Order: sequence, then C-alpha cells, then structure tokens
Amino acid sequence: METIIEIQHLSKTFGTNEVLRDIDFSVKKGEVVCIIGSSGSGKSTLLRCINLLEKPSGGRIIYRGEDILDEKHDIHAYRTKLGMVFQQFNLFNNYNVLGNCIVGQMKVLKRSREEATKVAMKYLKVVGMDQYINAKPRQLSGGQKQRVAIARALSMEPDVMLFDEPTSALDPEMVGEVLKVMKELAELGLTMLIVTHEMGFARDVADRVVFMDQGVIVEEGPPEQVLLNPVQERTREFLSRTLNQL
Amino acid sequence: MFFQKIITILSENWQMFLRGAAMTLYISVIGTIFGFIIGLVVGVIRTIPIPERGWRKPLLKVINWLLSAYVEFFRGTPMMVQAMVIYYGSAEALGIDMDRYAAAIFIVSINTGAYMAEIVRGGIISIDKGQFEAAHAIGMNHFQTMVYVVMPQVIRNILPATGNEFVINIKDTSVLNVISVSELFFTTKSIAGSTFIFYPPFFIACLIYFIMTFTVTRILRLIEKKLDGPENFILAGNQMQVARPEDMIRKNS
Repeated sequence: METIIEIQHLSKTFGTNEVLRDIDFSVKKGEVVCIIGSSGSGKSTLLRCINLLEKPSGGRIIYRGEDILDEKHDIHAYRTKLGMVFQQFNLFNNYNVLGNCIVGQMKVLKRSREEATKVAMKYLKVVGMDQYINAKPRQLSGGQKQRVAIARALSMEPDVMLFDEPTSALDPEMVGEVLKVMKELAELGLTMLIVTHEMGFARDVADRVVFMDQGVIVEEGPPEQVLLNPVQERTREFLSRTLNQL
Repeated sequence: MFFQKIITILSENWQMFLRGAAMTLYISVIGTIFGFIIGLVVGVIRTIPIPERGWRKPLLKVINWLLSAYVEFFRGTPMMVQAMVIYYGSAEALGIDMDRYAAAIFIVSINTGAYMAEIVRGGIISIDKGQFEAAHAIGMNHFQTMVYVVMPQVIRNILPATGNEFVINIKDTSVLNVISVSELFFTTKSIAGSTFIFYPPFFIACLIYFIMTFTVTRILRLIEKKLDGPENFILAGNQMQVARPEDMIRKNS
C-alpha cells in the first residue's frame, strides 16, 4: 500500500532537552496507527512535528514523496492535508458549530459558502452533531466539543487525521461517545494517527501500535503483539502498569 | 434661586451649550475610532512573531522599536502639553498652519492609539494558544488566523477597555481649550466670562458631560450583548417535519 507520510531520523530538542531522538516511522494509506507511551515520552511532540506545529530540529518528513521541511514547500497547503484534533478541542470561540466547520473551507480551500456548508453538514452528521449547528462552543459539553472538532478537521477532507490525546480532557462518560465516532471513522477506511492512553481502543481499532519511551520508538507492530506479547522489557513494564486499570 | 439661574442661563445660551457638546462628541467619537484603528494596527504589528532569520527580522525589529517609542512617548506626556507642542509647534517650527479642529482630532486619535495599542497587545496575548494552533492546523497563515479567528475575539474582549477610552476622551477633550477648540468646556468658559456667572454654567456642563458619558457606556454595553449572541441556541429541527409533500416526491423519484 501507498505510504503517505514517511519520517526519517526525526529529532526535536527544546533547549538542551532531547524530546525526540532519531525517529523513523511511516504511515500507509488507510492505516490506523495508535501511539502509546507514558507522559513525556514525546508522542504528542511527534504528532505536532508532523503537522509542523513544532519545528523539527533534524531529520526529514516526506509527504507523498515531497520533503515538506524544504524551505520552498508551502506549509499551509500541506497542513490542509492533515486534520488535527487537539486534547483541548480548540474550537474557535467566535464561531458557532457550523462556522467552525466552514471557515477553514471557505478561507483556505476557497470553497463557496453553499459547498462548505454541504460538506460540513455531511461530517457533522457523521459525528452526530448536525442538530447543534447554531450552538457556540461555550454552550457544548466536552464530548460534544470534541466531536465538532473532529467534524471541523474532516470538513477539510484531509488525507490523514491526527488525534492528540482526544479523550484525555474528557469526563469518563464522554470518552465513550468520542471513541465511538473515531471507531466509525476507522471503519470508513480513514488514515488515522492517534496518540492515546485508551489501551482498549488501541487494541480494538489499531492496525499498528507504536510504543514510545524517552523520545524513541521502543516497539511497534500489530496490537496483539505489542499490547499482549511485547518483546521489549520497557513495553511490558508500561503495559503492566496501565492494563491493570482495565 | 439656583434653579432659576440655571434655567435663565440655559434659555439664553442653550445653543452654545449644544454646539459645544456636539463639538466634544464629534472630536471624541472620531478620535476614538481613529485611535482604535491605530491601536489595532500597532498592536497586531507588535505581536507578529519575529522570524529566526531572513530580511524580515531586522525590519520587524526596527518597526517594533519605532512603535514602542510612539506608545511610550504619547502615553508618557500629558495630552494638554502635546496639544500645545503639536499645534503651535507645527505653526512656529514647521510653518504649517494647521486647522485647529484637524489638530484636535489628530491629537486625540494619536493619544488614544497609544493606549489602545497596549490594550490590543494585551488582548492578543490573552487569547489561548490553542486558538492559533487550531487555525494554523487547518492551513491558515498568520494573516488569516488574525483576521478570522483571533481579532474577532480580541475586539470582543477589549470592548470594555475601549469604552473606557471613549469616556476618557469625552472628558479629556476639555484640555483642547488650550488651542481654542470650541468644545463644551471652552464654550462654557465663554458663557461664564460673558455673564460673570460661574458655577451654574459649569454645573450645566457637568450634567451634559455626564449624560454623554453615561449614554456612551450604555450603548457599548448593548453592543457587547449583541456580539455575545443569544444565551441559548436552537436545535436544528428534524428536517422531515418541515419537508413538504412535494419535496418528498422529488426526493423519492
């Protein structure tokens, strides 16, 4: 299958702190990849480096054969190909639900208002928020906000969806509704890269699980292997601490 | 006795009071609007992230330095003194005969601009970083992020502070009497001077000032409410219920 994103020798340092070290990693079309690991292991930074919210310190990021760290490359056009979902939702406070989903389409992709609305409604239906188009973000619950944020990202019709701990800021009750939506998206064949602490979700949905620790990829493979029969000592240690909670 | 005096003065001079009040309102409205625009532009420029290299870096640094000099200078000197320096200075040192009303609006605008620049900068800094990141993540550049996401929120948040500036301007235009702008204080002074009655005219001026500032405050509060939108939202209804039979037929065929 076609490789969409390929990362070679990626590194990132904040001052003298090495957050990512020599990461090699790739995502194929239609794949659902879950990145797990403890806090501070660099998994969020990896995701943020991929859409250049953090500037990598070294290495290359190849998107469909093009080096996007090349200075001539149009960052903004590249970012429209990646849909990002944040831990803190980050809905635009000055727009209602529909506005959140169409502003990017209209201003960045230059779609007409009618077309943008049509696309937005399609994805708002997918996440089950089509009834709330008039609501402002402050009037929604956390789970609802996150579903709108997912619809906003989908409305740009990206190649890859990036999820940065999408359920970590939610009440336990609301985690379910967001995970359900993400599961549906996975079944639709979307390419997804998910940083998560939800091991059950990773086991059920992921095609591949990546375990990160201290800025390096320790182990990666199908979920049965990484989550149930890990080869590395460090992975086993991490899982024994987290899986006990299930 | 007191009221009688006030009524006499009002009935004899109401046109002058009105003209003075209109001039005060005119200068402060235009000055606040221009000042607001200056403040937005300066505030936005001062928050542009400085790139690590390239020709833009030194350019931005120089512009930022000039803008802080502007802000510091006009915040740090009294408007009354600025009025004297700008109005008489332009005539005596530069040989430009400035229209005193143009000078008045210029001084008020540039003064308000200096204050508003800091208010806007504060407003931009206070916007959650996530708003910028979300905008960047859907492919917006810095300019689009500012125009469509950040500034609308900043403007809403700084409205109370803008109202403050507006009220201050209505009151502070009175210092422009030093360059003989016939605003409310100047006309009141003329009335008092020509009738040799002092406190009743100033009492009237006091009331007029208060009415103007109070009205402006209320209007701005209304605008704030309007911008916030309704407290509740309407669920978009089930579309089947509003569909007409002919729509159904069209859909099915």
